[in-house]
Amino acid sequence: MASEDKFNLVVEFSGGLELLFSGRRKLTISVPIKDNEGQAVTVGWLVHYLCNEVMEDSRKNMFVLDGHVCPGILVLINDADWELEGEASYALQPNDNVLFVSTLHGG
Amino acid sequence: MESANASAEGLRKQISETEESLRKLKAQLHQFEFQEKSDSAKTVSLDEHKWPLSAEEYKRYGRQMIVPSVGIQGQLRLKAAKVLIIGAGGLGCPAAAYIAGAGVGTLGIVDGDVVETSNLHRQILHGTEKIRWKKVDSMIASLKSLNPNPAYVAHAEHISPQNSESIVKQYDLVLDCTDNPASRYLISDICILLQKTLISASALRTDGQLIVLNLPPLPAGAEGGPCYRCVFPKPPPADTVVSCGDGGIIGPVVGVMGVMQAVEAIKIITSGKIDSSAEVAGSGENTKQEPTLMLLFSANSSQPFRSVKLRSRRAGCFACSKDSQLSLESLTSGSVDYVLFCGFTSPTKILQPEERIEASQYSKVRSKQHILLDVRDKVQFDICHLDGSINVPFSNFQGGKEDVVDGSSWIPDSLPNDASVYVVCRLGNDSQVVTRKLKEAGLDARGKRYIGDVKGGFKAWKEQVDQSWPEY
Repeated sequence: MASEDKFNLVVEFSGGLELLFSGRRKLTISVPIKDNEGQAVTVGWLVHYLCNEVMEDSRKNMFVLDGHVCPGILVLINDADWELEGEASYALQPNDNVLFVSTLHGG
Repeated sequence: MESANASAEGLRKQISETEESLRKLKAQLHQFEFQEKSDSAKTVSLDEHKWPLSAEEYKRYGRQMIVPSVGIQGQLRLKAAKVLIIGAGGLGCPAAAYIAGAGVGTLGIVDGDVVETSNLHRQILHGTEKIRWKKVDSMIASLKSLNPNPAYVAHAEHISPQNSESIVKQYDLVLDCTDNPASRYLISDICILLQKTLISASALRTDGQLIVLNLPPLPAGAEGGPCYRCVFPKPPPADTVVSCGDGGIIGPVVGVMGVMQAVEAIKIITSGKIDSSAEVAGSGENTKQEPTLMLLFSANSSQPFRSVKLRSRRAGCFACSKDSQLSLESLTSGSVDYVLFCGFTSPTKILQPEERIEASQYSKVRSKQHILLDVRDKVQFDICHLDGSINVPFSNFQGGKEDVVDGSSWIPDSLPNDASVYVVCRLGNDSQVVTRKLKEAGLDARGKRYIGDVKGGFKAWKEQVDQSWPEY
């Protein structure tokens, strides 16, 4: 695929979730503009891409459970809860920042 | 040994009695000094009711009262406010210190625990001399010394569905400083039912989170700030929840979050937002709902503080929507089971008795050729380990790399294939999981090699074999 068919976005992990991604807190990734079916790529697509292609840890169900982001993980698109942006159906834009935060309970 | 214990116990008792009488003496002295001051004040001012605060209060709170967002009105609101802090630990201590210091009228503390040595690096209102004290008593003793003016109320029990209504209804504002999901859902629910704003914080390792919920404090069905269930409708799987005891915590990280809770409490009280009736009733479109934010703190991140925008109330929320299924009756009767809702992890029990070895038994076979596989995290292994042991952290086994699970990356080639492998961890849970994985990967050479775990881990080792083993 030619490079112009891709764009970059920043993915961040926080609250301990980075431990599932080899300790990486921030990565810039290049994603295709369209998915296999010719649709614009969404956050939902990104979640599965991260789970299948980026995550090396075998504990996949600590990130994606039953096809959805695991309960207790907040997804923030450009610093706003993804529920304000259409959740998994949000179409990614160049230079978007997608932050995954796992909820903490200690005190 | 026994007589030494008895005399230590006697001394402890004597110390706490002496401290108690010292506290009474100080309180008496304070009263006399207070009396003296107000007597001398009388000679100057004939009208003792001329000022809404005492002379001592003007001096004590002056530095915050001259800040425009507080002012005399804010100070009087603080004095009239009743604040409840649930959890007298790493969040509760700094939060309580600043809220008491700021001069709230009443401060209630809920906690059923006693002070332990491992609390002291972060729970700054408890001191070394207060180990084994009830946390609420220890905290209130420190707070009285900091500021004797507020009324302090001790609730020496854990928050529960049964006691939550009777405790929370006595207060105007609630701080969740607890340490587990079940209590977080319970506290959010009771705050919705009793229409209290909730300042919720949490921390682990080097990270912290803070959200102000149910602001303004409105009944179920109203449009407003979310509750905990709106943000987290489903609890995380119980086995993914990590406590400070297991994951660790940096003292000032949880301290920052507790301090931020105090900042929010002072902001809400001084701006008059705890009276839901005052601003909200009837004003409709004029009061535009500010978005609810979540503050994220990551000490090791290049951007340590970050605020993210959260949703407002969730349509269909179990607790705060118009379709709410929650009532005071259903909550206090126990029909909402918070422990079941959040799930629980019971101690791991997956090995047969013959696959486990007592620590004392293991100490006797150490002279034979074998491998001791220590599956604690490397940081824990570095603190203390047994000579000759090999460290492969549990997470590496969970990560599922083949050469880890089948042993090829860590078993020395020179080891005969009938030499035993013993697996050990901190408490004896992870070691069972690893033992099972190793056997499933065929490392036991069809039964030729014994693989088993050290029952009870290094905790048992300390109890049965080596008392000097560091307990961390």
